[in-house]
Amino acid sequence: MRLLAALLLLAAPALAQDEEVVLGLSQDQVAITADFDGSDILIFGAIKRETPIPDGPPIEVLITVAGPSVPLTVRRKERRFGIWVNTDAVDIDSAPSFYAIATSAPWSQTISDVEDLRHRVSIRRAIRSVGAPMTVQDSQSFAAAVIRIRTEEGLYQLAEDTVEVSQQTLFDTSIAMPANLTEGAYRTRILLTRGGRVISQRETVIDVRKVGIERWLFNLSREQPLAYGLLSVALAIAAGWGASTAFRMIRS
Amino acid sequence: MQIYLPIAEVSVNLFVLLGLGAIIGMLSGMFGVGGGFLITPMLFFLGIPPAVAVATGANQIVASSISAVLAHLKRKTVDLRMGLVLLMGGLIGSGFGVYIFNILRDLGQVDLLVRLCYVVFLGVIGALMFVESLRALRNSRRGSPPKRRQHVWVHGLPFKVRFRASGLYISAIPPMMVGFAVGILAAIMGVGGGFIMVPAMIYLLGMPTKVVIGTSLFQIIFVTAFTTLLHATTSMTVDLVLALALIIGGVIGAQLGTVIGMRLKAEQLRILLAMLVLAVCGKIALELLLQPAEIYTLAAGGH
Repeated sequence: MRLLAALLLLAAPALAQDEEVVLGLSQDQVAITADFDGSDILIFGAIKRETPIPDGPPIEVLITVAGPSVPLTVRRKERRFGIWVNTDAVDIDSAPSFYAIATSAPWSQTISDVEDLRHRVSIRRAIRSVGAPMTVQDSQSFAAAVIRIRTEEGLYQLAEDTVEVSQQTLFDTSIAMPANLTEGAYRTRILLTRGGRVISQRETVIDVRKVGIERWLFNLSREQPLAYGLLSVALAIAAGWGASTAFRMIRS
Repeated sequence: MQIYLPIAEVSVNLFVLLGLGAIIGMLSGMFGVGGGFLITPMLFFLGIPPAVAVATGANQIVASSISAVLAHLKRKTVDLRMGLVLLMGGLIGSGFGVYIFNILRDLGQVDLLVRLCYVVFLGVIGALMFVESLRALRNSRRGSPPKRRQHVWVHGLPFKVRFRASGLYISAIPPMMVGFAVGILAAIMGVGGGFIMVPAMIYLLGMPTKVVIGTSLFQIIFVTAFTTLLHATTSMTVDLVLALALIIGGVIGAQLGTVIGMRLKAEQLRILLAMLVLAVCGKIALELLLQPAEIYTLAAGGH
């Protein structure tokens, strides 16, 4: 019996190597132009095997797309002297600006809690918060507020049962990226699971960048703020004067 | 048609921005207020981050004020000398205001202070103007001319200057003080300060309403241009694309507003402005008093 267990343990890593992900993206770049209105990214791939499809639970696919992680401050309002004011504040060490998960089955069937903890897949595990000040009792509700607010803005998405898997080999899904995206490298992960265990994973990056006039203005505002400020004022003066002149000409 | 704003990093409808700019510009031309106290809350509502809304609002006010001032200059309803005196006080005041603002930001709760400032000043000024202009309106209907206020203490001060366009011969110190006080408030509240300046000029300095509007706008141009530069170089939150969309709507609105303003009586203008000020005050007060739908807010960066 003990020998069998040892054999199974030895076999486990080998089994994990048996099925691998081959990945494709409809685009590995998102260009934010002046008329950017969100973007749908098609993620597809295949599961490569050297051996026949193993028996047991079916293969499940989890796909996550995460924007750059930044620290946040979450504040909570309370009623003091009859008005609502910010009282408690909790710092979140890092939270992705965007996080989308697509799964091939309901969440509980795709990944176990232990594996979720290890690979930081679910939205709440993707947010890292070390600790709250001693004065705050319920620090979890602050992390929960981040998820709630960002979910409402379409920035955090959990789309269960949206990855199409055909014949346990081919899969595809589409991730909707909203218009209020920030720039950066969006880390994209594909995880294959069987019976809640991750057996293979693969990563790639979707590059989200401002281009054209958007790029130019953003760079100018960061690199030469004074020139940018003067340009803003000059444009405002020119527009005001131009409109006034135009109206005078129309009237006379 | 959606347009992506490079600094705010959100996408909004272009026509909504143009329309918003036009409404603010129209009010600016009619009342001589920059419209900052209206545009900033409106931009919050559209989902623009507060810092960007405040900074970009200042930039748009530069354009609509210039457009309106040029229209007023043609009608000779700008007291340039008075404007310069107010401006001197205003620039010193706004520098001082930015200093106070930064101290308060370090202490936290600056958000609350700004809102309370809005409620108190909009409420007091709106109520005073409303009552006063109602009385003036009733008097003018009866046919008796409104009494000109006389400030005895004002005449005792030195540095007397003749403000020809306003028909005043008073010391330069009171207008300077008005400019200074408005400058401080303007910097803290992130607005041009026209809604405080206009009543201050009418009730404290005794200037005629027709001249007040052009003169107020004249000094707002410089104060907001200064604010825009400060924001662009320190917080880097001026969004040029957002500003341009608002400006294009705004300059057209300002021209229309000036024409409408000329058709209305001074008392009617004041009563309309008073109602507008009170409405905005009421909205901000309600936000402070009622339980918000979401009691948590997110801000970028830890402490």
